[in-house]
Amino acid sequence: MMRPGAMRAFMVKEIRHILRDRQTLTILLLLPLAMVVLFGYALRSDVKDVRIAFVDPMPDDATGAIRNRFAGSARFQVVDVVPTVAAVEPLFRRGAADVALVFEPDLAGRLSRGSPAQLLLIGDVSDPNTGTTIQAYASAILADYQRDLSTARSGMRIEMRTRMRYNPTLESVNLFVPGLIALVLTLVSALMTAISLSKEKERGTLEVLLVSPLRPWQIILGKVLPYLLLAFVNVVTALLAAWAVFQVPFRGSLALLLVASMLYSMVSLALGVLVAAITTSQRAAMIGAMAGTMLPNELLSGMIFPIASLPDWLQWVTIVIPARWYIVISRGIMLKGAGIEHLWSEMLVLVAMLAGFLLLAVRSFSSRLD
Amino acid sequence: MGSPSTAPSSVDSPLIVDGLGKRFGDVQALDDVSIEVQPAELFGLVGPDGGGKTTLFRILTTLLIPDSGSATVLGLDVVRDMWEIRARVGYMPGQFSLYPDLSVEENLGFFASVFGTSIEEGRSIIAPIYEQIEPFRDRRAGALSGGMKQKLALSCALVHRPDILFLDEPTTGVDAVSRREFWDLLHSLKESGLTIVVSTPYMDEADRCDRVALMQHGRILATDRPAAIGALFPHPLFGVRGHDRVALIRTLREAPHSASVFPFGGELHYSDTRTDMDPSQIASEVRQLLHAKGMEDAEVRSIEPGIEDTFMSLMGTASSTVPA
Amino acid sequence: MSNAIEVQELTRKFGSFTAVNAITFTVGSGEVFGFLGANGAGKTTAIRMLTGLLAPTSGEAQVAGFDVFTQAEEVKRKIGYMSQRFSLYGDLTVRENIALYGGIYGLDDGEIRERSEAMLGHLGLRDSGDDLVASLPLGWKQKLAFSVALVHQPAVVFLDEPTGGVDPVTRRQFWEMIYAAAADGTTVFVTTHYMDEAEYCDRVSIMVDGRIGAMGTPAELKAEFKVGTLDELFVRLARPAGNATVAGGGG
Repeated sequence: MMRPGAMRAFMVKEIRHILRDRQTLTILLLLPLAMVVLFGYALRSDVKDVRIAFVDPMPDDATGAIRNRFAGSARFQVVDVVPTVAAVEPLFRRGAADVALVFEPDLAGRLSRGSPAQLLLIGDVSDPNTGTTIQAYASAILADYQRDLSTARSGMRIEMRTRMRYNPTLESVNLFVPGLIALVLTLVSALMTAISLSKEKERGTLEVLLVSPLRPWQIILGKVLPYLLLAFVNVVTALLAAWAVFQVPFRGSLALLLVASMLYSMVSLALGVLVAAITTSQRAAMIGAMAGTMLPNELLSGMIFPIASLPDWLQWVTIVIPARWYIVISRGIMLKGAGIEHLWSEMLVLVAMLAGFLLLAVRSFSSRLD
Repeated sequence: MGSPSTAPSSVDSPLIVDGLGKRFGDVQALDDVSIEVQPAELFGLVGPDGGGKTTLFRILTTLLIPDSGSATVLGLDVVRDMWEIRARVGYMPGQFSLYPDLSVEENLGFFASVFGTSIEEGRSIIAPIYEQIEPFRDRRAGALSGGMKQKLALSCALVHRPDILFLDEPTTGVDAVSRREFWDLLHSLKESGLTIVVSTPYMDEADRCDRVALMQHGRILATDRPAAIGALFPHPLFGVRGHDRVALIRTLREAPHSASVFPFGGELHYSDTRTDMDPSQIASEVRQLLHAKGMEDAEVRSIEPGIEDTFMSLMGTASSTVPA
Repeated sequence: MSNAIEVQELTRKFGSFTAVNAITFTVGSGEVFGFLGANGAGKTTAIRMLTGLLAPTSGEAQVAGFDVFTQAEEVKRKIGYMSQRFSLYGDLTVRENIALYGGIYGLDDGEIRERSEAMLGHLGLRDSGDDLVASLPLGWKQKLAFSVALVHQPAVVFLDEPTGGVDPVTRRQFWEMIYAAAADGTTVFVTTHYMDEAEYCDRVSIMVDGRIGAMGTPAELKAEFKVGTLDELFVRLARPAGNATVAGGGG
């Protein structure tokens, strides 16, 4: 039985709830602004298995020795050796390499002549933590090599310069904005729907709604759509704040980012409904939404801690964290200007998650009380 | 436990409950419950909290599935015909389920839309009720008094012109004036042809129903007209007055033919095991006994048992009671 | 001390609204006093003043010999309170609840232990002392709540709609407990919406629009107003006093 009027009435009612609770609404509207401003910098973190490529235009003893040292390190994993800087580009684009170390031609000759040798570390690093950490490890390996050389010959010097391809100044805020948007969307979508739905349960109004001809999916949709609207406003606010306060660059398609954000919001909304459906009190729903969505989205999404720095088993866990995929997408769009052709697989993961959680939510949201 | 005068069975009965059972864990919430309600009848389910009234309502409104037995509402099966029933019943759950942050009018408008109708379409049926609260239509439901909330909740349950109305403890927490007005409203709704099933924990409200079923521990103790329920009381009953109630109670409990002694408002109700003896003779014997024990102001008179007396006698020594 | 509660011209205003308008009455020691009134008639405000939760605008009131305005803390120590909605913690056991309230009113561990056992024995709850209160049947909860309200042997106990929803037999047992407490000298102050419950009281007052509209024994009132039940009297007093359907400010 389709009742478009009933659905519309439901949404109007839900919007009224949102508008009437002025305090919560104010907090929700100011939240993205406050978060963008408050989150200034990131936490240090550990990195391993950095995929490194070498640009070795003229292989000799010296470049061979350095490559071996990298290959022998637990931190690095050598993926390729190419002759030109141009040849590294496809590796980065495919996501096959994280950093590239560029040797000068005739490195061994320069070292033996005692002239200063320069190495360049290029990173495909949108994440400043990872960038600085990788840089530190690479420097340590080179310093080791240099010390060994110096015992044989004095006066040898290797200088390393670093160039980060994306996010060249390594500004934390650039990196954090996508993560913050994810956090705000989780809060508005998952937490607020979970609370609002469980409120109806506690108040007994859900009992009346269930006895009405409304179907569970209509109740869920009516609950969810107004929050989607609020989520949209939040994304725009966060972007505006990031752009106005920190001049965060925006390289890609705004439309694509908004679509991805709404997709992510819907996943969170479905999660919120799921949490509310399986809990019996407002308090349990709130804690459930916090523990089930907020925390993992914050800690296991790569927003604060690079996924690469997590233990193996936890890295596997991150696969089911929606924010992980959303952050890859939003960082890709905002910081690299990536298009749908590079991000379709992550988008697909979100679509699959949406379908899965929605199915679970509708199923656990019984049209009866037991 | 059946009742001596169940209303005649009819295929047109808007509500037929047959041997309904429902268990939650260790608790038998409903145990072989059978009732039949006639068209345009005001039918009461009377009993204390935890007696199974809410569970029964939830099964009849298709919110719960019974473990055993069957029930039809408006000829529709409560399990199989869930969606047809939902479109045609009005239901007011135990707590007034209103949105406190929405106004009177917004609440009513919302519940009307949920059922695919509008306040205007439903106006003729809700008018007598809604007119009383309409002056406050812009006030938020959370700021209404108990009596007004109750009327708004009733309007919300009626606005889609249901064919049968289920009201679960609609008068709990509402003052005596509002309660009386509420029962008057139910009577006028019944006069217009609506079938109403209403529950209450208050025995004195049973008199306002056409027929009542007394419920306790998930079982129906009796079903009958309120006036006929008193006749089920098995013993002669007496009202006893005196200023020292504690002494009266103790003395009457120790009396040789005492069946039961309960405080009852300003007096005590004493029942005597001698069913074949003239009540006035019992009364004078009891009076003499009390006077002899020093309660000179004690008055004893023979009285007709009411619903509450019958309820207590049918409860017997039910398990929820503690020896005093 | 003959009167447990003495109230003279007690008044409370909220802005321009007079919730309680110069009420005067006394309640004797060991009396069961019913305090009735429609929603919004001023009952709640009056009780809050008597229990020291709200200061009067003018007038005087003594409860258990102490002035509710100047000696609110002494008053609180001498009164007990039980509400149908909230009294005991469902997620604590019976013994834990008794110990909590005993502790709040300054009983020592020995007294708490002694009174807990006496109370459990009296209520027939000895085997359920370590059960969660939430798992008890409603009737037991109510009787336990009443006993707990008496644990510190208060001079006056305030009961807010004490027997709502319980079965009729348990209700009678509850009233027998009230009578027993009154016979021991405890003053019992009952508020209720249910007039048949009011019939159990020694004396009742009915508040109408902030004033006391009627006061006396149930029999006296029925005779005076020529009505058959207190319910009729209540409706007659409350209805002309303004539509009881309209919300009152602050109760």
